[in-house]
Amino acid sequence: MGNLRLIARLDVKGTNLIKGVHLEGLRVLGLPNRFAREYYRQGADEIIYMDVVASLYGRNHLVEIIEEAAKDIFIPVTVGGGIRSVDNAREVLRSGADKVAVNTAAIKNPSIISDIARAFGSQCMVSSIEAKRISNDAWEVFYDNGRERTGLDVVEWSKACVARGAGEILLTSVDREGTRRGFDVELVQAVSSAVSVPIIASGGMGSFQDLLKVVNEGGADAVAMADIVHYGRSDFATIRAEAIDSGLGVREYEIPRDNDN
Amino acid sequence: MKSPEITIIDYGLGNLLSVSRGFEYFGAKVKVTSDPKEIINSSRVVLPGVGAFPNAMALLEKYNLIETIKEYGKSGKPLLAICLGMQLLMDKSEEFSHTDGLGLIPGRVVSIPSLDSLGQKTKIPHIGWSSLCPSNLEESWSNTLLEDNNEGDSVYFVHSFQVLPEDPADEIAYTKYGGHRISSVISKGSIVGCQFHPEKSGLIGSKILSRFCHV
Repeated sequence: MGNLRLIARLDVKGTNLIKGVHLEGLRVLGLPNRFAREYYRQGADEIIYMDVVASLYGRNHLVEIIEEAAKDIFIPVTVGGGIRSVDNAREVLRSGADKVAVNTAAIKNPSIISDIARAFGSQCMVSSIEAKRISNDAWEVFYDNGRERTGLDVVEWSKACVARGAGEILLTSVDREGTRRGFDVELVQAVSSAVSVPIIASGGMGSFQDLLKVVNEGGADAVAMADIVHYGRSDFATIRAEAIDSGLGVREYEIPRDNDN
Repeated sequence: MKSPEITIIDYGLGNLLSVSRGFEYFGAKVKVTSDPKEIINSSRVVLPGVGAFPNAMALLEKYNLIETIKEYGKSGKPLLAICLGMQLLMDKSEEFSHTDGLGLIPGRVVSIPSLDSLGQKTKIPHIGWSSLCPSNLEESWSNTLLEDNNEGDSVYFVHSFQVLPEDPADEIAYTKYGGHRISSVISKGSIVGCQFHPEKSGLIGSKILSRFCHV
C-alpha cells in the first residue's frame, strides 16, 4: 500500500485559523497561511482548509487565502466548506486547490458528488463526513459542524459517496474532535473496510500513539492533524520521525536548510 | 540571465494556477493560453491535466488543439506533460471506453491493478507521496529531466490509471505501488511526461520544473 499521509487541517472562520472542541466553542489562533507555511516547511504532506462557517452563511472566504498560499506552498491543498455546486468547485480549483471536500451540499443533493467527479475527476472529489457515535457499532452522519443530524448511517453513506464518484473520504469524529482523546478507531475501521478509496482520519489526535493506533488498527490511509500541531504539542518533523521509528511507511523528507531556498 | 519562458496549455482542465506558480517561483515567465499559434511558436510547452482521459481528449478537440500539440511534439522543442497530460501522450486509453490519445509516445493507458502483488485489494486512486526509482540501472539520470534529483526522491501522485510504454527504453523512472511498477517518468526525444505532480511535490518537484526550463 502507499505511504501514510500526514495532513495539516486548518479550520478557518473568516480570515482566521480557529480551533474548537467537538467542532464548536471556537478559539482564534491567527492567520491560516502563517501556520500553513510553517507546516509546509516542517514537511506536512498535504493541507486541508475548511471554512467552518461557509455552510451556515452560504459563502466561502477561502479563495483569497488559497490563492496566496499557492505562491509558495507546493503541496496538495484540499478546500472544504460551502461548496454547493460544480461552479463553486471550479472557482476553488482555479484558485490553487487540488481537491474539494463536500459535506452539507452532498447530503442535500447527492448528485453533486457525481457532477464534480465527472467534471474534474474523482481524484479531486473528497467526501467530508462528520460522524457521531449512536451505539456500540453505529455512527450517524451530521452536518453544519456536527449540529444537524441526518438519520444516515455513516458506513452506508460512505459507500453511497464512493459509488457516486468520491475519490477519498475525510472522516471526522465529532465526538473526539478537539478532545485529544485519540481517534475513534472503530469508526475508521468500519469505513475503511467498507470502501476501496483512501480514508483520512480526523479528530482527536492527542499523541503519536493515537496515530499509530488509527493506522494499524483502523486502516487509515492518512491522518489529519489540527490541535496537536496548532498548539505546538508536536510538529510534522517529529511525527514523521516517530512514524519511521514505528515502521510506518511515510515519505522521506528533510527540512531544507535556509540557504537551499 | 534571461528568465526562461514557459507556455502552459489551457484546455479547461487542471490546477493551472499551481503549475504557473511552480514555475514563477524561480523566476520563469509563464504564459497560459489555448491559442494554437501561440503554442506552436513557444519554446517550451507544458501540457497539464487532471480528470478523465475521454473528457480531456474531447476538450482538446473542442479547443482545436490535437493537431497543434502533435505538431509541436514533433518539432523537437521541449514538451512537459503532467499527470493526465502524460497519459494523453500515449496512443490510446482504456479509461471508460477505448479512446485515442495524441500518439506521441507509443503505448497505452490502463487502470492500476486492483489487487496488490500479495492478492490484497489496492486502494485506488493512488494518492500520496511515493519514491522515484531509476528504470535503467546502467544509465544515470544525467541529461534527463531528473538530472538534479536523487534515487528515492518522494513526489506526489494522484491517479487511477497508468501508462504502459511499448518501448521500455522510453521509461526513465518508475514507482512501486501495491507491489506493482508504475511508470512515473517517460521520455522520448524532447518530450517528457510525469505521472506525478512536480508542482505539488515541494522542493523536489521544484528541481524538476527548474530542470525543464534548462533542457
